[in-house]
Amino acid sequence: MLAYLVRRLLYALPILIGVNLITFALFFVVNTPDDMARMQLGVKRVTPEAISRWKAERGYDKPLFINDEAIGSAVFTDTIFFSKSARMFAGDFGRAEDGRDIAREIVSRMGPSLAIALPTFIVGLLVTVSFALLLTFFRASYLDFWGVVLCVAMMSISGLFYIIGGQYLVSKIWRLVPISGYGGGLDAWKFLLLPVLIGVLSGIGSSTRWYRTIFLEEISRDYVRTARAKGLSELTVLFRHVLRNALIPILTGVVVVIPLLFMGSLLTESFFGIPGLGSYTIDAINAQDFAVVRAMVFIGSVMYIVGLILTDLSYTFVDPRIRFN
Amino acid sequence: MLSLLLLLAACGSEQNDPYPRAERGQNILYSAFTERPKHLDPVQSYTEDEITFTAQVYEPPLQYHYLKRPYTLIPLTSDAVPTPRFYDAKGRQLPADAPTAAIAYSVYEIRIRPGIRYQPHPAFAIEAGGQPVYRDGEQLRDIEKLADFARTGSRELIADDYIYEIKRLAHPRLHSPIFSMMAERIVGLRQLGAALQDEARRMPAGGWLDLDRFPLAGVTRVDRYTYRIKLRGKYPQFVYWLAMPFFAPVPREVDRFYHQPGMAAKNLTLDWYPVGTGPFMLTQNNPNSRMVLERNPNFHGEAYPCHGEPEDRADGLLADCGQPLPFLDKAVFSREKESIPYWNKFLQGYYDASGISSDSFDQAVRLGVGGDMQLSEEMRGKGIRLLTSVRASIFYLGFNMLDPIVGGLAEQPTRLRQALSIAIDQEEFISIFMNGRGIAASSPLPPGIFGYLEGAAGSNPVVYDWVDGQARRKPLAAAKKLLAEAGWPNGRHASTGEPLVLSLDTTSGGMGDKSRLDWLTRQFAKLDIQLVVRSTDFNRFQEKVRKGAVQLYYLGWNADYPDPENFLFLLAGPEGKVAKGGENASNYANPEFDRLFEQMKNMESEGPRGVERLAIIRQALALLQHDAPWIYGFHPTSYTLSHVWLRNRKPTEVGHNTLKYQRIDVAERQRLRQEWNRPVLWPLAVVAALLVAVLLPAAIGYRRRERSTAR
Repeated sequence: MLAYLVRRLLYALPILIGVNLITFALFFVVNTPDDMARMQLGVKRVTPEAISRWKAERGYDKPLFINDEAIGSAVFTDTIFFSKSARMFAGDFGRAEDGRDIAREIVSRMGPSLAIALPTFIVGLLVTVSFALLLTFFRASYLDFWGVVLCVAMMSISGLFYIIGGQYLVSKIWRLVPISGYGGGLDAWKFLLLPVLIGVLSGIGSSTRWYRTIFLEEISRDYVRTARAKGLSELTVLFRHVLRNALIPILTGVVVVIPLLFMGSLLTESFFGIPGLGSYTIDAINAQDFAVVRAMVFIGSVMYIVGLILTDLSYTFVDPRIRFN
Repeated sequence: MLSLLLLLAACGSEQNDPYPRAERGQNILYSAFTERPKHLDPVQSYTEDEITFTAQVYEPPLQYHYLKRPYTLIPLTSDAVPTPRFYDAKGRQLPADAPTAAIAYSVYEIRIRPGIRYQPHPAFAIEAGGQPVYRDGEQLRDIEKLADFARTGSRELIADDYIYEIKRLAHPRLHSPIFSMMAERIVGLRQLGAALQDEARRMPAGGWLDLDRFPLAGVTRVDRYTYRIKLRGKYPQFVYWLAMPFFAPVPREVDRFYHQPGMAAKNLTLDWYPVGTGPFMLTQNNPNSRMVLERNPNFHGEAYPCHGEPEDRADGLLADCGQPLPFLDKAVFSREKESIPYWNKFLQGYYDASGISSDSFDQAVRLGVGGDMQLSEEMRGKGIRLLTSVRASIFYLGFNMLDPIVGGLAEQPTRLRQALSIAIDQEEFISIFMNGRGIAASSPLPPGIFGYLEGAAGSNPVVYDWVDGQARRKPLAAAKKLLAEAGWPNGRHASTGEPLVLSLDTTSGGMGDKSRLDWLTRQFAKLDIQLVVRSTDFNRFQEKVRKGAVQLYYLGWNADYPDPENFLFLLAGPEGKVAKGGENASNYANPEFDRLFEQMKNMESEGPRGVERLAIIRQALALLQHDAPWIYGFHPTSYTLSHVWLRNRKPTEVGHNTLKYQRIDVAERQRLRQEWNRPVLWPLAVVAALLVAVLLPAAIGYRRRERSTAR
């Protein structure tokens, strides 16, 4: 397994370089270093000298990919791409354009992001799996029919509608929790209730339908019939046999997102005023802060790769027949 | 989750209170900000998002009178508003009314009032021997935020602190937006910039540049409390700059404190934690969530003004005459990126004041019978007050005067621009797209700025007729006549018959902007002119404007200070964007206007020279109205709603250190918040009942199925 892990990690390197290259190219297709300087220095009374100084100070006065004036390896290393990318592989994300340390900022914002994402993920998983099993139990009945109709309706509604509707009803009309905001420590929970509730509700439709399909496929298998023939109750059949055997497709979709929970949610954090990594990314995009955008894309890629590796590993736990070669 | 909600609701009223319970009943103002401030260093911060905070902390020598209009400068830390002394090239003093051409230098002597002290700050903590406690970065190991420093200190404000800040304008790593402009004025500032740049190149990144080692010829210390600033020529607008944070004091030890090794890595910088003598100090800076200003215990004290505009007394703005400032203990600013939560929290009483977004406009304001704006019944029922003021801004549709079709001062393109000025109905635009929140502009000058004229005298005769005491837009026939005179009868070239196609470069392009652009296209179509809209991103747009690669464009300008020079320079020839990289995006260059502008900008608005200045401004405006390098769009009106418990709030467009004047009736706020925020519990019961209604049949069905026999 160790060899497998090492191989997967080595595969990740070219992927990360590629992602970094694409991010870099896309960013600089839209923004030139001059644009970045103007965005940081403001639009009033900005002189060309100030822009030149800003670029030189931050190393944006170099060529993007190839430095024709340099000699030897400096042709590639004395460029914006190399100087801005190489350090990231050593875990040094540098500073945002406003001078703030990016790693420190990421660490401080991870908590609020996780505070929403983790309960939403766990509660959401429990609710959708249970609901899907319920529908599977009542398959081909009115309950199943209306349950599926409800799921289709719920998955057809935009996430934004859930947020605005939830804020309107629960916070504005019923006045049960704050509309937006975030508090540290024990104060945090009253701010998290509504976004978590909305996150769970908005995910019920699609997830339940997906899990129901998986369970329905499993429930017609021979081992299920055997379990019933043994006299097991339907609940035991569903939770101990069907669920366990349906775990591989579930894990494929679930484990991969676990590391990405750190990245936060762009929309939810923005509407609920949660100072997490999602809103950090959005702010950086709006401010044309390449250093932060690059760091967040890089971390997102790393997390995704980690998620895929964890997914592979999780298969061995739920199905002992699976071995890595 | 349902039970959690029930538990929360059972705790009593105000469960939707977004603030800690410990803050209830405290003398705190609650506000919000949408954009996170980028810089809080006074030498860099320039935007309104930033100055909202810096203006409460930093104290430049001057400030604007809170209540008087037109805006009036008064001393803040200085003992008087300085009047310049003038000198000729040989250093001989000239009389105050000396001709501008004879004036080689102006000298402003500013005397600071003794006894003003800085807020408590670790940079001022000193050992018994006078050495700073925190000086070598060694004690920083356990420090994560400013509050972690165990010891703080303070000291008296002195003239050197102001001098140090003026030197910081030239600091190569700070990129002050006004450096280039001030380097033209302050003697020696450009040379200082060059010297500092040389030194900065030799230093390691992040090293401390001790500015005291570098002289600045134009700024001298007279005594502990007095300093002089020497400017080239005459520059009457300089006093307005002395009311901005760019000229606020920064003590040398504070600069050195923040440059200790390891400070920047912990985000402990002056750009993040300002240090000043103002009424408030920034104690919490998390621009992603919450920024907190707390009363500075060392504030030197100031009294609430006793004079203002005639209506101020009726509005209750003079009730606190002579009371010591500030009234608030704390001001909490929360980040609200979206307008809907912001608005709803204001309605629940959790923000003390709010603007009105277009989403909530109909809920907040109704158009009265006479066309005036009135608060809706709902707002009046809550005791909310509406405060309006015309902003010191202008939004305009500019012509590129270098363009072969719409540009130039010749008769034909001028007629074309005039025709378009008439055809584009700004009043309709304001009514449709701005809910009436603005006034159509007749010139670059907004109301409240010296030179702005009301009534017929201020109306643009090219665009309006003055009928029955009102400006009435000229009929379309007049525009068509002008268009024909321009050589484009019915929108076609008089000789070739080619249709007139004009292009507009804009950063618009979203769903909301489409209707505006469609409207604008229809305005052009009224003259049978085809408008091609070229939407682009802001960077490309700026680049096109810089290169003069536009024909028409939309832009706006917010005043730095309340002087006509700050608007008219946008059309001065030497400010041409293409030729000089200045702020004149239209590249308008009329020698006669430039002459009038040069004459006007060096004059005072008060006294007999004021009358003369006004006459010159009128000539300059008449020229601009005739040449029409812009279609003068509108001056926006800001609408602010404030709750009944918020006192002493008066809209102001240039002075930003207004927090100290505002007062909260805490008991009234608490009472109304409780009344407005009683939780509604029945929906929880309904949801619980629904859940039971779903789960009970499921449980019965399960039970029945489990007990049923095989069939």
